[in-house]
Amino acid sequence: MSSFNSIVSLEEARRVAIFGGTHGNEMSGVTLVNLWVKNGAEIQRKGVETKPFITNPKAVEKCARYVDTDLNRAFTPENLSAPQGDNQPYEVQRAQEINGIFGPKGSPDAYDVIFDLHNTTSNMGCTLILESSKDHFNLQMMNYIKKAIAPSSCLVLLNEHPLLKYSTSRSIAKHPVGLEVGPQPQGVLRSNIFEAMRVILKHALDFIELFNEGMEFPSCTVEVFRVLERIDYPRDANGNIIAMVHPNLQDCDWEPLNPGDPMFQTFDGKTIRFQGSGTVYPTFINEAAYYEKQQAFVTTRRESLVASSIRKV
Amino acid sequence: MENATFSPVSRVAICGGTHGNEMTGMYVVREMQRQEADQTGSVSITTVISNPRAVEVCRRYTERDLNRCFTKALLSSPITDSTPYEVRRAQEINALLGPKESQEAVDLLCDLHNTTANMGMCLIFYSLDWLTLHIYKYIQSNMTSAPVRALLMSSPKSEAYSLESVGKHGFSIEVGPQPNGVLRADIFNMAKEAVDHTIEWLHKFNSGSTFEEGEVEAYTVVKSVDYPRDPTTNEITATIHPELQDNDFKLLQPGDPMFLSFSGETVKYEGEDLHPLFINECAYYEKKIAFHLAKKITVTLPSISVKKD
Repeated sequence: MSSFNSIVSLEEARRVAIFGGTHGNEMSGVTLVNLWVKNGAEIQRKGVETKPFITNPKAVEKCARYVDTDLNRAFTPENLSAPQGDNQPYEVQRAQEINGIFGPKGSPDAYDVIFDLHNTTSNMGCTLILESSKDHFNLQMMNYIKKAIAPSSCLVLLNEHPLLKYSTSRSIAKHPVGLEVGPQPQGVLRSNIFEAMRVILKHALDFIELFNEGMEFPSCTVEVFRVLERIDYPRDANGNIIAMVHPNLQDCDWEPLNPGDPMFQTFDGKTIRFQGSGTVYPTFINEAAYYEKQQAFVTTRRESLVASSIRKV
Repeated sequence: MENATFSPVSRVAICGGTHGNEMTGMYVVREMQRQEADQTGSVSITTVISNPRAVEVCRRYTERDLNRCFTKALLSSPITDSTPYEVRRAQEINALLGPKESQEAVDLLCDLHNTTANMGMCLIFYSLDWLTLHIYKYIQSNMTSAPVRALLMSSPKSEAYSLESVGKHGFSIEVGPQPNGVLRADIFNMAKEAVDHTIEWLHKFNSGSTFEEGEVEAYTVVKSVDYPRDPTTNEITATIHPELQDNDFKLLQPGDPMFLSFSGETVKYEGEDLHPLFINECAYYEKKIAFHLAKKITVTLPSISVKKD
């Protein structure tokens, strides 16, 4: 455990990847990566090899989230170690290929940083997704980004929940960073969302360059929202949803939800209230892709994480 | 203008899921089926999920856009093994709710849609029909939750391609903005309210009320504008400008920003003053439409009442 006085020495981040199209209908990432594949000048930084990459080209072609199975859940140890073969779902094959190029996951050869670009239909604004509360490099990067874009806001979602955490495409890197910007409908490209994502990436790459040049980043506190639980829609015996996200909750990502607050509204107008034991901060409210994953929203709690001082080795 | 009379509107069809990822209509229809709302007073209601296969996979369509399959030619084309699903389905629906242009067709067909564009509540009419335009006038004066607008797509009846042309009278209810695959409560409630007002109006009409003459505003599409594209790859090179995005119906004038290229240049609008709509509708990227441009017109409606025999 590091104290405020100790500096964590980390290796330079020399190999960085930017993934777009992990979900083929989330257009900001698809568009940005295609742009940078053609002309990568904007993403070049001294001492860093930055590779833009379309992870799920078949899904991008169809403008669908996925072809056989969600690529962003496919990087499990089972899938990655399974023998390669054409009988596997497309995304499992793809996960194995990507692991070969940017991994192997968990090995010293894995890429240092992977940014995975996503959009959501939820009103989440700019969100950075963190997979470990002990990744000081990522925490410092996120702190840097938040300060750089202020007064615009960029919140950090921490998903370290043992059951709700999933095997993302970015998880093969030593430092996985999810970028989630919304609200944007699937298949649609909105200018404000596109530009916001572009700006966040610019600052993220600036941070990496500064770190690699030897800058020391002093210890700091980063506010995060830690994922608690997934809340599904009320459903009938056949699994059909019987209520919608309540108008008072719709679009209120990151705002406090208190016990007794309206949560769902039935089709004939009745209110179903939140029955939790305390205030939570909901997010991913009414994300299109999560209807099939039995999720109307996730609850989070606010936490302050301390990032140790970091400097390159 | 002379009072116009029409036969009673006793058989109504409410359709949802014509595009399988436009969730509102699907759930309005399901809720009406759950409430068993098939006969209310003088009106018998048939509810239909138009494209169940597309609904199942939450896609706009499986092979072809169902809402373009109701031309006379496609409705009478022979079915073979290679006939796309939606063409077959259109013929099934025509047998159920039509046949189109026959005496057996439902009196009124109301088709529910969503758009990713910020169009609020918009009723779409494919012909100048006093009866359905009076329904619009009624909905507009009774709905306070959002502005209600009308879009008149006048094409000759012989070329009508969409589902509501199967009914003797028909119109679409288009509500947005709502992403594909998402069900928003506010949008659902608006659409349900519009359907309820429609049925209310029909009761009044059938029971002999006269609806007074008056003027309504409507929009008629003049042309469409595509995204700027790369000449070799055909990929789009710009996106709707932030100052145009979400400003459906707001007058667009020459010099106003229209697109913002990925390299940061603003493309300005040149042309006559017109009203943009369907701005950044997801389904229109493949139809090469960034937005439509429309003229605002005033339509004078005669008074109407039911034909008494």
